[in-house]
Amino acid sequence: MDWVSENLDLIGSLTLEHLRQSVIAIAAGFALSLPLGWVAWRYRLLRGWVITVTGLLYTIPSLALLMILPVVAGYPATSETNLVIALTIYAIAIMVRAVTDGLDSVDPAVRRSATAVGYGAARRFWAVDLPLAGPVILAGLRVTAVSTISLATVGILVGVTNLGYLFTNGLQRRIVPEVLAGIVAVAVIALLIDLALMAAGRTLMPWARGAAPARRSAAEAAS
Amino acid sequence: MIEFRNVTKRFPDGTVAVDSFDLVIPSRRTTVFVGSSGCGKTTLLRMINRMVEPTSGTVEIDGEDVAAKQGVALRRSIGYVMQNGGLMPHFTVAENIATVPRLNGRTRRAARARALELMDVVGLDTAMADRYPSQLSGGQQQRVGVARGLAADPNILLMDEPFGAVDPIVRAELQRELIRLQRDLDKTVVFVTHDVDEAFLLGDQVAILAEGARRLQVGSPSEITENPADDFVAAFIGADRGKRALRVKQTPRGRVLVDAEGRTQGVLVEGEG
Ligand SMILES: Nc1ncnc2c1ncn2[C@@H]1O[C@H](COP(=O)(O)OP(=O)(O)O)[C@@H](O)[C@H]1O
Ligand SMILES: [Mg+2]
Repeated sequence: MDWVSENLDLIGSLTLEHLRQSVIAIAAGFALSLPLGWVAWRYRLLRGWVITVTGLLYTIPSLALLMILPVVAGYPATSETNLVIALTIYAIAIMVRAVTDGLDSVDPAVRRSATAVGYGAARRFWAVDLPLAGPVILAGLRVTAVSTISLATVGILVGVTNLGYLFTNGLQRRIVPEVLAGIVAVAVIALLIDLALMAAGRTLMPWARGAAPARRSAAEAAS
Repeated sequence: MIEFRNVTKRFPDGTVAVDSFDLVIPSRRTTVFVGSSGCGKTTLLRMINRMVEPTSGTVEIDGEDVAAKQGVALRRSIGYVMQNGGLMPHFTVAENIATVPRLNGRTRRAARARALELMDVVGLDTAMADRYPSQLSGGQQQRVGVARGLAADPNILLMDEPFGAVDPIVRAELQRELIRLQRDLDKTVVFVTHDVDEAFLLGDQVAILAEGARRLQVGSPSEITENPADDFVAAFIGADRGKRALRVKQTPRGRVLVDAEGRTQGVLVEGEG
């Protein structure tokens, strides 16, 4: 464990790099998945296509994607952009489905009720459909976040530095604590991001807490 | 006044939910559509606020065709109460009631003040203002639904089986409250139910409907009870049974009215009531 105490600075800076790359990809994937998921939900004909195509993205091997993207898009493979774009693509692969499922989960009676009291289509989407889809979307986002943070380590194979460096460097130099430190650091930030998302969900969706069962006493039920 | 003129609604799948329907709904009275499930009551109601567009014919409010009005604005100007309240599960009680004032651009503070005021009107403890609908009983949710329908002070209130999902005791209480509210507020209420007793209790005008919103009889509860259009209506309103089939019984102290179960329902007095 000497290696760890001597290299705290390195671990710290790699963790920050890693966190930055992951968070950008998660946020971009989320933002892009909202319109894509909405389109898939709203237009039945497109639905099968969008879900299948985005789902298939997930089957592209990550290393292959990291080597093909630079050729197609014309940026260096070693650039952070390369990794962030690849991670965003994988995030979309998970999130589009979650957004569509989330919008599907909204009770049609509530949607009709919103229309009946005078919500226009756009306003209803932001004030009713999207918030009520929130719990399902959040569940998808949490999976996306953890998977993105773990997947990001592959960047080191094309020369993008992050916590993955501790794996390759540790393996080459046979420093077991270095590899372990990498694993622990990835797990810790994945856990922290997950906790942060859960906390955000509780703050933004207080109504979903303890969701289903109505709390009613006999006295209340009779009034 | 709301007027249906030769209104037909055929859904894309071919179902004719409403077939050549005509009716005048007077202002400041309660009109009840009563009929079995699937006879087109909800479709009629939704054609008033343009949630459903007629295939042919027109619906007019005070002489103006609703088709000429902007749908969203029209719906904000008409109260709508539905079964199970139709509340937004992610809005608190106060936010639910304040929905329409907020949509109409009232400030959050003004809308909340209005919501608290309406909680009083419909008999809800304002301590519940910040609860979510899932934390209320069915009866309380219905009251919130009624309060929301009244929040923008609409002239017209549409109610689609609003008390259908609550138990009989709570339903009776909500019915009494609605009668009280209507006395104070003087709205044009269009109320849908499949329960004849509820229709006769609440309606100034009752329209008994069959499949395709075919009018079997339209009139006041008294007119219908005294003179059912045909045997079907007589059977439907239960004129021959239960508490509407009364016979006179002579007692030492005068004549009383006895129902089909043999229970005395009242005393027969002479002269105009
Ligand atoms: N959106 C729709 N598409 C097709 N058929 C419908 C639709 N809405 C209602 N219907 C049909 O129209 C008829 C009347 O429905 P509705 O007005 O809901 O009746 P009620 O409210 O009296 O129970 C029923 O046969 C119902 O199945
Ligand atoms: Mg109905």
